[in-house]
Formats: sequence, structure tokens, C-alpha cells
Amino acid sequence: MSFKSAPMTTIERRADKGSLFTPEIRAQIDKWVAKYPGEWRQSAVMWALRVVQESNRGFLTPELMDNVAAYLDMPPIAVYEVASFYSMYELKPVAKRKICVCTNVSCMVRGSDIVVGHLEKRLGAKLGQTTPDGRWTLKEVECLGACGDAPAIQIGNKYYENLTPEGIDKILDELE
Amino acid sequence: MTDETLVTIEVDGRELKARPGAMLIEVTDAAGINIPRFCYHKKLSVSANCRMCLVEVEKAPKPMPACATPVANGMKVKTRSPTALAAQKGTLEFLLINHPLDCPICDQGGECELQDVAMGYGAGVSRYIEKKRVVSDPDIGPLVATDMTRCIHCTRCVRFGAEIAGIREMGATGRGEHMKIGTYIQSSVDSELSGNIIDLCPVGALTSKPYRFQARAWELTQSDAVGPHDAVGSNLYLHVRRDKVMRVAPRGNEAVNECWISDRDRFSYEALESTARLKRPLVKENGKWRELPWDEALDLAAGMLKGAGAGLKTLISPSATLEELYLAQKLTRGLGSSHIDHRLRQGDFRNDASPALRWLGMPIAEIERLDVAVVVGGNPRKDQPLIGHRLRKAAMAGASITYINPCKFDLNYGADQQVESPAGMVKRLAGLAKAIGVTGELVANAVVDDQCKALAGQLKNAGKAAIFLGNIANAHPDLAVLETLAGRIATATNAFFGFLQEGANAVGAQLAGAAPHRLPGGKAAETQGKNARRMLSDKIEGALLIGADPALDCWDPSAVRQSFSNAKDVVALTAFRTRSLESCANLMLPIGWFAESSGTLVNGQGDWQTFAGAVSPIGEARPAWKVLRVLGNLTDVEGFDYQNSAEVLNEVRAACEGVSLDNAIGEGCLDVQFKEGPLTRIGYVPLYAADVAVRHAPSLQRTANAADSALLRVNGATARIYALSSGAPISVCQGNGEAQLMVCIDEGIASDCALVPAGLAATGGLGPMFGEITLEKD
Ligand code: SF4
Ligand code: FES
Ligand code: FES
Repeated sequence: MSFKSAPMTTIERRADKGSLFTPEIRAQIDKWVAKYPGEWRQSAVMWALRVVQESNRGFLTPELMDNVAAYLDMPPIAVYEVASFYSMYELKPVAKRKICVCTNVSCMVRGSDIVVGHLEKRLGAKLGQTTPDGRWTLKEVECLGACGDAPAIQIGNKYYENLTPEGIDKILDELE
Repeated sequence: MTDETLVTIEVDGRELKARPGAMLIEVTDAAGINIPRFCYHKKLSVSANCRMCLVEVEKAPKPMPACATPVANGMKVKTRSPTALAAQKGTLEFLLINHPLDCPICDQGGECELQDVAMGYGAGVSRYIEKKRVVSDPDIGPLVATDMTRCIHCTRCVRFGAEIAGIREMGATGRGEHMKIGTYIQSSVDSELSGNIIDLCPVGALTSKPYRFQARAWELTQSDAVGPHDAVGSNLYLHVRRDKVMRVAPRGNEAVNECWISDRDRFSYEALESTARLKRPLVKENGKWRELPWDEALDLAAGMLKGAGAGLKTLISPSATLEELYLAQKLTRGLGSSHIDHRLRQGDFRNDASPALRWLGMPIAEIERLDVAVVVGGNPRKDQPLIGHRLRKAAMAGASITYINPCKFDLNYGADQQVESPAGMVKRLAGLAKAIGVTGELVANAVVDDQCKALAGQLKNAGKAAIFLGNIANAHPDLAVLETLAGRIATATNAFFGFLQEGANAVGAQLAGAAPHRLPGGKAAETQGKNARRMLSDKIEGALLIGADPALDCWDPSAVRQSFSNAKDVVALTAFRTRSLESCANLMLPIGWFAESSGTLVNGQGDWQTFAGAVSPIGEARPAWKVLRVLGNLTDVEGFDYQNSAEVLNEVRAACEGVSLDNAIGEGCLDVQFKEGPLTRIGYVPLYAADVAVRHAPSLQRTANAADSALLRVNGATARIYALSSGAPISVCQGNGEAQLMVCIDEGIASDCALVPAGLAATGGLGPMFGEITLEKD
């Protein structure tokens, strides 16, 4: 929801913000905070979560989200809302390599179920699971915005498009 | 608003006038045109997310949500056209996709907005045959039950938290099919107004936990009642089945409680069935309690009262009804005594000479229009929750609110909280008075700092300002000085001056003459009796206790213990059997409480609110006014021949003819008497310890609000002096009393002070609410 946290909602403004996170993380978040008007610190929440997630092996914990809330003067629930809404945020531990498979309309009509089937077979993990060796996490996501070259997946910051089972094998072999 | 500034619209062929910018649904609601809705609520922001209110607007390409469409001149709206109906039906079908349709096992069944709208706008048979989702139910505390699979994501509960309660505890996590309403992590919803989400939730996702599976809406009959705990006098509905109150709901009254009620008013009805209820008269014989029939008990009581005669001391709860208060004083005075008081927790009575009748000083609804408010010694958020809500509304609209308290409270809005020790509060107020230009001895020597100057400036320049004295001020040993200073500051700055009083009927008690210095109608008494504090400073022989638990409802429990130690003629009219009554009283007569008796309560703004009894009193209990009437007859006091409570009420009304409430201080008192020791107790009565009934309401006692009250709070600096560590057990000694508490370090407490709650069994052995204490580690 789009309320401005304060003054509507009581926020305990933490005085000891300097004790949250490391100086490097704070500096990165501050860079984003600076882009918004002073009373809109909370606008930096998405970047803050991203920075914090990267520093924590790719996933968020309630404690980290609470710290983000304290750092940005937000009620914790407002941070949980954001973190649970976007699929880029992970709320449970994930493998180092996360494969995001799009199964939305364009990818679906262009064969995303073949992509999913092949990935599941090759990795031995279902959508939403991590492989037994802990190296890969398979995740179903909504439209990646790559409909023109569907079906598509995302690994790390990279998109792979027009996928076929053979193409997938090649990509994964290279990354293994 | 003049006619020209209004716009004209047409709805279903009817011409309507509307304020420009108003949402369509407000206009149709006012005109009695029904548009279905789930997310819209007149007291909450518009979220327009349920889409149930779609209507056809001429020239608009698609149906528009009435709750989020501002009216414009010449707009033509159809709420029942084929397009509108198709849109509404379609929306409902979508809303029902994931709804479990478990109405037969749902508490909301029969009073559910979704059920109603489905009847009116839904299809008879569902086309949906796929799987439905299931959502787990969070435990959000002992008051509100959750069945989140039923939730239709209207977000009313979320907006209530953010906008009204002022703490966002609930939210919508996840998205799309996975979106759910909850707290995400396990946590309870702790607002003092939390129960209102039960009424707001249009479906059965949030329902009352104590009422769960107890009754069906259509089995209940509804009667009117008035909030029995605070000076708001919230208007209530009692829902009764087979002579039992099943639950309590708000009765809308914009001038009093709007459409909200506090959790205390909503859930305290459970005390009616408490195991501590006294069901039959009991007499103490050789230290043992024996049941006896009413006629014997009444004869015995009459004998005791007559025996006590002019020495009789009457202590009556400030939440007793007007009728009870009036009859109690009439009986006491008829027996030749003038020792009667309802101001059980008041710490200082030196202003009794002033003829005024204390009240809130302004209408409740006006509080939200203040520009500046100063609360001296009080925490209305917890003590009078809906006055707290009005102050929050004022703050949201930009008012500056200042608190002068011995500790910081958790507030749901930004305010300037000035923390001072009890003696420091007096000094600060004197400083403020000086900054404003008030003269007088105490004021002349006061120190004026920047805070005083700033606040003085605010008060002087405000369009509408008020200064209130709250419950802490009431118990302050220099209340008279605080009153005098606050009164003068208010006069000098043309601000409202009001009292946030203890109990539900403090104004009524003054009007009824249930005070030693005041007769019915507030006339000065010729022979002044002893006030509550004085009565307890001597040995008591005979007393009449009505509706109060002496140790936990009085200012000084240790004085209660001592003064009653050898009493032999103590008659208690009580709804509850408590430890302290058992030790003080010799005879206990069971009386009805709340819904069990008719009566009148006068709230802080002076509304006389009369209600009828809704259920019969438990066991052999009788309405207190009837017991008092019979006692009047048996003791041969004149004028006790009432047939019903209305006759009593008429008599009080006649006595109050032409009387108006007035907070004038008159002469006043500027003589500071309280001396602080090395460590001073601040006695504050927690929300769910306010009176004997709340203390016996089980669900309220299980809330987090109740759980964190048995603590000794000190700030870090004070803790270091006494080497206290957080969470450690500690013995608090005051006079000859002792209490075992746990230490809590709270930087909001004034230095060299300790917040030691009052009104709790744990501290019921201690001395006055304000005074010197010592600590002993085990
Ligand atoms: S729980 Fe009730 S009030 Fe809250 S969003 Fe769901 S349906 Fe609306
Ligand atoms: S639907 Fe897969 S990228 Fe858009
Ligand atoms: S009531 Fe208008 S969209 Fe919900």
C-alpha cells in the first residue's frame, strides 16, 4: 500500500542507525536514499533490500528486513510486503546459482513447459527447489520482459533466450 | 455550503446535489442509494481495490468504481443498468473464486457483507470448479480470531492499523494468488482499539475470539449500553442471547465514539461471567465467610450502617451509575454522615473549596479540531482511548501536542513529550505559567527555559488550544497546584481547560453529590465530610463500599489496610469478590454490573446517557440502586420510596436544574506539599487494571498490554545508581508494604523515579501512588 510511513504510522526512529549493517552497505543504501526527498527515506527500500540480500548469500531474513525497516524509518511489515511481493527477493536460503524460468504467457506458448521439464530432469530439482548438491535453485517467475525471444530464463544478471533443451545443456555445461 | 458551490449529478434518474470533489459513493450513501462495496469505509482512505462498487458513468468508456470517482457537474450515473450489474456480478464472481463459502461454520454468517452482496449480486450457482487456495491463520492475540482463507483482500484492516490505530501491524504480503493479509512474522496486534477490525472486516476473516462459535447473529437481540470504564461513555450495543451478554459492538455516535470502541469496552463484558462474581450475600463470622439469605443480610447491613451512623465512611466507584451515586450519598447523609467520596485515586483535595464541577472542558468531537493541546499528567491513549484517538486526529491534521509527564508513553503520533519528576512537573508548569505572564508567588520563582517559552508561544498564538489534566495529574500529591497553574495558563491564553477524569461517571458523581463537599446539583455542602484520602487516614469503624475494590482502586492501599484493620461494620456492595474486600468488609452484598442494571452515566462532556438493564444479574445479585433503596427503607432514612430507577434519575435531574459544568479554579492553591525522596514512585494504572471489572475480564488480561504491566521501570542512570539490571527480580518497599516486580530499563522514565504500576494485585500492598520507595534485591 502506498502510505507514507510517518507521520500516519508511529515509527520508532532508530538513533543508532550507525550500528546497522556494515559501513559499505550503509554507504550503498545512502546513495539511494539521497535520490529522494528527505522525508521519503522509505523510497529506497527496494535497493536497500537488494544490497542487503547480495551481502547475505542471496537471501533475506526477517532480521535483515527489520534492520532495513529501522534504517529507513519504516514499519517492519511494510518491508515484508515489498520483499514478499517481488520475485527477485529470496526469503529462504538459495544456491549460488539461481535459474529464473519464465512461464508467463509468451514463454508458455513458445514452450516454457519443455524448458521447465528439461531443467527439472537435468538438475533433479522441481520448480522452487534447490538441487541436492546445493548448487542450483530453480525458480518460476512471471514475465521477464523478454517475450520477443521467448522462451527465456535468467541466471544471475544474464538473460538466455530462444531456449531449446540442447541450448540449455550448453549454457549449464558452461556454467558448471 | 451555499447551493452555488454544489455540483449537480444524476443517479438512476434522480438529481442529487453534491460537494465538488466528493466521491460518488459518499453522495449516493447520503441519498440512500445502495451501491455494493467491500473496501470502501467512510473513516478510512480510499483504496479502490475490491471493484465491487463499479457503476456505469455516462461517457466513461468502462464502469467506474463509485468509491474512487469524484463527482463532476452534470455527471450521469447508473447503478443498476445492465452494464453496471454485469460489472458487479463479474467482480463478485472473481471475489468468490478463492472464498471458501464456509458460511455454515463461520461466525460472520448472517451478518456478513459478502453474504449479503452475494445474495444481491451473485449467481445462484458457482461456475468455478478448480481448486481453491488455503491460507494459514496467524495468531494475532487473544482478542481477534483469524480465518484468512476467507479474506477478500479489501485491506480495511491494514488501513485501520495505519490510519486509525497508528501502528502498522498488519499488511499484505506476497502477490497475486499468494497475497495474504497478516503480520508476516508471528506477532500480536496490540492496539488498544484492535477489536474494531472485527467490525471492519466485511467477511469472516477477522472475528471476535472470545465470541468464537458462541452464537449465531440471528439468535441475538440487541440493546443499548454505555461504555462503563472511561469518561468517553462510548455508545455500545449489547448482543444478548437467553439472558446472557454474548458480545459488545459499537453504536455509532459521531459526537462521542464515532464508529469505534476501545477493546476495554468491547471485551470487558466477559467479567459478567467471571468466577470471581459474588452470587449470594456473605457475612464474615470469626474470619470465615458464610452465605446468608438476602432478608437477613439486608437487616444486618441496615444494623451496621445505623451503628456506624455519623461516623459512616462511604467510598463509591467513579464508574458507578448516577442513580447509585445519588442514593449512596442520600443514604450516607440521611444517616448523619457527610463522609462520602468517589475520588478514590485522587491525591490532593486542597481545591475542594472551589465550587466548580469538573469536566472535559470542551466537546469530545472538538478535540480533533485543536491546534495546540497540552496534556499534563496523563496518557489518554490508554486511559481514555477514544479521547486519545481524537488527539491523534488533531495531530494528524497538524496540531502540536505536548505532554508533561513523569515518563514517556508510547504514542501513536508525534508529540513533544516533556519528562519531569513529579515535583519537576509542577516546576515546569510554573515555568510555562511565567512564560505566559501569569503572576503569583510560585510562578515568580519559576525557571523559564526554552521549552517553556516555545510552548507558551504556541498556546498564545493558537487559534484553538486546550490544556488537559489526566489520570496521573489526578493522583499527583500536588494536584491542587497543577490545577491552579493549568487553569491560570488556560485563562491567560484563552485555551480550553479540561479534566480527563478517572472512571466512567466522574461528572455524574459530582452532579449526584457523591463527594464530601458537594450536595446534589453540585451545591456546596454545609457540613463538609472527609474526602477519600482523609477517610483512610484514620481507623474506620463502619463503612459502605460500593463497586470498588479498596486496595486496588484507592490511592493508598497501605492506608486501606491500616484503616480497615479493626473495622466491624463494613458493608460492601460489590459485583466481584476480591482479596481486599474479603479483608476489609464484614458483609458483602452481590450487585449487578454493567448490563445487569439500568442506570445513567454522564461522560466527560456532560452527556447524560441512560440505559436499561439487558440481562438479569448473576445468581442472587440485585441492581445496586435497588439494594440502596431497601437499605434506605430499613434504616428509616426519608425519601427512599422509589418504584424504578427513572424516579431516582428524575430527582437528580431536578437537583441539577440550571447547573452547568465549570472548571473554574477560584482561589486555587500554589502551596507545594510533595517532597521527593531519593527514589520516587510514579504510580500509573495500566489500561487493563483500571477498575475491578476490567481486572476480571479474562481475554483482556491475556493481552500483551496486560502482560507487560507488572514491571518496575527506571531509566538507565537510575538503574546504575541502584545496580539494577533488566529482567532481574526486585523487591519494592513503600511504607510497610512490599511488592515483587521485575526490572525494566526504560529511558523514558524521569531520573530518580520508578514507574511502579498501581491497580495490580502485585502492587496492592504498597503505599500511595506517589511517594518514596526503596528497593531491595533478593
Ligand atoms: S482480513 Fe478482512 S478486513 Fe482484512 S483485508 Fe481481509 S477481508 Fe479485508
Ligand atoms: S512471458 Fe516470458 S518473458 Fe514475457
Ligand atoms: S468499494 Fe470501491 S473498489 Fe472497493
